[in-house]
Amino acid sequence: MFEHVFEHVRMTVSPLVTQLRQASYGSTDPRRHATAERLDQARRSAERARRLQGERISERLLDILPALASLLPDGGLKLGSAYAVEGSTALTAVLIARATATGSWCGVVGMPEFAAEGAAGLGVDLDHVVMVPEPGRGWINVVAALVDALTVIVIRPPGHVSDAEAARLGARLRRREAVLVSCGPWPRCEARLTVSQSSWIGLGSGHGHLRARQVEVTVSGRGTSMRPRRTPLWLPDACGQIRLADPTATSSAEELSVVAHDPSAVVFEAVG
Amino acid sequence: MSLTRTIVVWSPDWPVVAAAPDSDSGDKPVALFDRGRVFACSASARAEGVRRGLRTRDAQSRCPGLVVLPYDPGLDARRFEPVVTAVEALTPGVQVIRPGTCAIRARGPGRYFGGEERAAQAIATRLRTLPDCRIASPRVGIADGPFAAEQAARATTQDAPFRIVAAGESAAFLRDLSVDLLGQPELSCLLHRLGLRTLGAFAALSGTDVLNRFGPIGAHAHRLAGGGDTRPVTARRPPPELTCWVDFDSPADRVDQVAFGARRAADTFVSGLATEGLVCTTVRIAVMTEDGPGLERCWLHPRWFDAADVVDRVRWQLQGNGTATDTLSGGLTSPVVRVGLIPDEVDPIGAHASGLWGGGPDESVHRALSRVQSMLGHGAVVSPVVGGGRGPADRQTLVAWGDRPDPRWRTDAPWTGKLPAPAPTTVFPVPQPALVLTADRQPVGIDGRGVLSGEPARFCPTGRPRSGGDLQPVEAWAGPWPVSERWWDDTSARRLARFQVVGADGSAWLLMVEDGQWWTEARYD
Repeated sequence: MFEHVFEHVRMTVSPLVTQLRQASYGSTDPRRHATAERLDQARRSAERARRLQGERISERLLDILPALASLLPDGGLKLGSAYAVEGSTALTAVLIARATATGSWCGVVGMPEFAAEGAAGLGVDLDHVVMVPEPGRGWINVVAALVDALTVIVIRPPGHVSDAEAARLGARLRRREAVLVSCGPWPRCEARLTVSQSSWIGLGSGHGHLRARQVEVTVSGRGTSMRPRRTPLWLPDACGQIRLADPTATSSAEELSVVAHDPSAVVFEAVG
Repeated sequence: MSLTRTIVVWSPDWPVVAAAPDSDSGDKPVALFDRGRVFACSASARAEGVRRGLRTRDAQSRCPGLVVLPYDPGLDARRFEPVVTAVEALTPGVQVIRPGTCAIRARGPGRYFGGEERAAQAIATRLRTLPDCRIASPRVGIADGPFAAEQAARATTQDAPFRIVAAGESAAFLRDLSVDLLGQPELSCLLHRLGLRTLGAFAALSGTDVLNRFGPIGAHAHRLAGGGDTRPVTARRPPPELTCWVDFDSPADRVDQVAFGARRAADTFVSGLATEGLVCTTVRIAVMTEDGPGLERCWLHPRWFDAADVVDRVRWQLQGNGTATDTLSGGLTSPVVRVGLIPDEVDPIGAHASGLWGGGPDESVHRALSRVQSMLGHGAVVSPVVGGGRGPADRQTLVAWGDRPDPRWRTDAPWTGKLPAPAPTTVFPVPQPALVLTADRQPVGIDGRGVLSGEPARFCPTGRPRSGGDLQPVEAWAGPWPVSERWWDDTSARRLARFQVVGADGSAWLLMVEDGQWWTEARYD
């Protein structure tokens, strides 16, 4: 219901804004006063609608790992919105980890390569994960059916997603208070998280094994409201934890501390 | 109090008959053991000297060829069920005294078959020709009251399988039998010590004295001994028929035809269970085709089946491979003539009742997933389960929603040679061919001892590169980690070596080389 109010108001506002702009340049129009009044009124009701809708959405955030909360524009995943994660399945898994661990159900659609063990290692509770590896051509209907009951939907869109499809799903997400995380571009998403740089620790030339990874996550918000922000993140560190990397520490010192705290170091010697 | 004229049908050595696997152990000596002692034995074992209550070792020393089986009361009762059903088909009102022995009121069948002798004959013939469980020599005893009738049945021999004690003669018939038959070991031991060895001697005591000395239990035994068993025959209520069958007059060869036909049966099935206060949690669906028995499968349900769920399961079973098609598949070669819905496991409805405000969030989750399943097929919605194994693909199993989440390989084995944590986050369902070259552009090979032909310098993890530019330099690598799996089994034996490789762009991959060919198994992304 709120959504319709919002749509309606926005439609009324935009032609008025244009009118006003035109009017302000030609300053001696007698209708200018009346227009400005109507514009004021429209702006007020738009604000009210936005506040109603805003209260509904922004007050409720999905549980998220504390390390990631500082990354996201609102300090968490807003229920009813869509996010895009590009370049890392691990980052997707980490985003949904806390939600599944606290009992929210998560559906993974169109990702037959989603690794259960890797996700579990990053904190995802597999008891609350269901997968639809091959949703077929009607994937949007599958997602719509899942949105009705699950809290988080992770999806790899099989092709280009049109604005209309995204808007329809978006309405459904808002109504059901679900979160959509897309592993790939998604139109009108709340925030886009991209892993722009990734460096692994623990592997030499012919010896060692992968232990920890430091990535740089670039977060860009909706439209131009937020400047893209880069944050270094351990994904995961040598203890399997997800935490923000300390940018002041020199990388070699941090590496040393990582290896010193590595509980799997002894185990590894036996394996290698 | 009047005495009930009773027919008792007794199958000698019933536990042995029930436990014997079908027919092959026809005259082999068989004994059933319960807690280390002989519980029952076959006639041939008895001829060798095996007795009830002997210890296993003693029984085996008396009869070296003895087949030793454990006694299973559940099996005993289960196998007797078709026998009771067969008797019930002849005459209603059957009381099961214990597996192997049942009692019937004699009045009805006696009149219907034109005499008690003929009724006994009819029952014996029916049991002898029972298809599932043949009873070689059913014995029938008819007397006043269940106790006397049972003793009459036990007094029969193979040559004279019926014993009819005329009305009012029961006390005389019981007079010379041992007091051990009362079935109360303590009491009969005491009676022996008192010098009362027969039922007649015990019955001759005054009822009041027995009641004073032995209490109500003794008084009851005294009444039995005197042929005054006034217990009525309490007929059991035949268990309701919960299985539903759908017959197709013209054989159906399309999935939607069968599913449509099964819809009404599914309704009957679910409402029939509901009438009994039950819900079905496991249903077995049997499909009969023109060629004979088609396929049978058990379907589990995380909650319980409603009619639509049952119809979905029928459809999925016919579609076979879990994808939505309209033609029959899944091993069916001819049209379907009959579909059976058999409840395999049921629960009382109360254990599953939803609360006043609905059944909580999991119910809606299940509904939504079932809807997706009916859109795409049973196998399209899966839950991931982590199991044992060495390769990343081995370690995860995708179980269809609703099925029991069992991993493919057991998790409690040590699985030496599995990969160290962290696990890869992308596992390709089918390994991608890869290319790994040394610095002088030669493919990297590995010999039988795990020695590389050169250090990896450039690689292409996804498919064959179209040009040299697709190859990226190797930043860091480790391996080979050789794995030689299941060498004892020709079909699943594998010999391979795994590598972790990090490219210059920071991407990490799990590669493997098998028979000289490089594959990309997984990615750490």
